[in-house]
Amino acid sequence: MNVLFYIAAAVAVICTIMVITNYNAVHALLYLIVSLLSVALIFFLLGAPFAAALEVIVYAGAIMVLFVFVVMMLNPESQTIRSPKQLLHPWMWFGPAVPAAILLGELIYVLTAGSSTFPVNAGVGPHALSRTLFGPYVLGVELASILLMTGLVGAYHLARPEAFRAPEGDDR
Amino acid sequence: MITIPTAHALVLAGVLFLLGLMGVIVRRNIIFILLGLEIMLNASGLAFIAAGFHWGRPDGQIMFLFILAMAAAEVSVGLALVLQLYHRIHTLDADQADKMRG
Repeated sequence: MNVLFYIAAAVAVICTIMVITNYNAVHALLYLIVSLLSVALIFFLLGAPFAAALEVIVYAGAIMVLFVFVVMMLNPESQTIRSPKQLLHPWMWFGPAVPAAILLGELIYVLTAGSSTFPVNAGVGPHALSRTLFGPYVLGVELASILLMTGLVGAYHLARPEAFRAPEGDDR
Repeated sequence: MITIPTAHALVLAGVLFLLGLMGVIVRRNIIFILLGLEIMLNASGLAFIAAGFHWGRPDGQIMFLFILAMAAAEVSVGLALVLQLYHRIHTLDADQADKMRG
C-alpha cells in the first residue's frame, strides 16, 4: 500500500514544480490546487483524516479562492490581450487534469479497498484531536482566534477604497 | 495496513519546502511570492503531521490546525497588501517597489 504514498508524493512534487515555473497565475493556481489535494491524500494515508478534510476545505477551497479573486481583480495586461481560443487550448487543461485523474484513481481505490486495508479509525481521529485541542492547547485556540481577528481587521483596513489614494507628499 | 516510513514523509516535506523557497527567491511576481509562502507553510504542516503519525499523538495535527489559521490570516493581509501595492505602483513586479532603496 506504500505505493499510494509515493504516487501522491510524485504528483505533489511535479505539480509544485509546475507552480513555480508557470507564467500564468491562474494556471499556477490550478496546479497548486492539485498539489494540495495530493498532500491531503498523504495526510489521510498518514492517519490524519480530519487534517486531510481541513486541507481540502481551507487550503484548496478558501485560500485558493482568495488568490483567484485577487488575480481576477488585478487582471494583468498580458492575459487580456490573448484570444479565448488560445486560452482554451487543450494543453491548458490537459496538464492539471492528468495528475487530478491519478489522484481520483487513488481515491476510488482507497474507497473500494474496504475498511480492512484502510481502517478509518487508525491514527488520530477528530475525537482525540478535539479532546487535546480544547484541553491542554486551549490557550493556543484563543491566540489563533485573536490572530484571525487581527487578520480580518488588517485586511479590511488595507483594502478599503479610501486607502488607495496616495497620501500627501507622495510623489508617485 | 499502511507502514509509510516517517523519514520518507519528512523528505517529501523538505522537498516541498525547498520548492516553495525557490519560488519565493526566483520569482519576482508578488502573487507567485505569496504562492511560494503558501507552499512552504503547507510543507511545514506536512512535517508536523508526519511527526504526529510517527508517535501516534494528536499534537502534530493540532500544530497543523494552528498553521492553517496562521496561513489564512497571513494570506488575507498579504493579498490586501498586494492590492494596495498594485494601486500605488501599477505593477505586480516586486522589484519596482524600491522607493526605500532597499
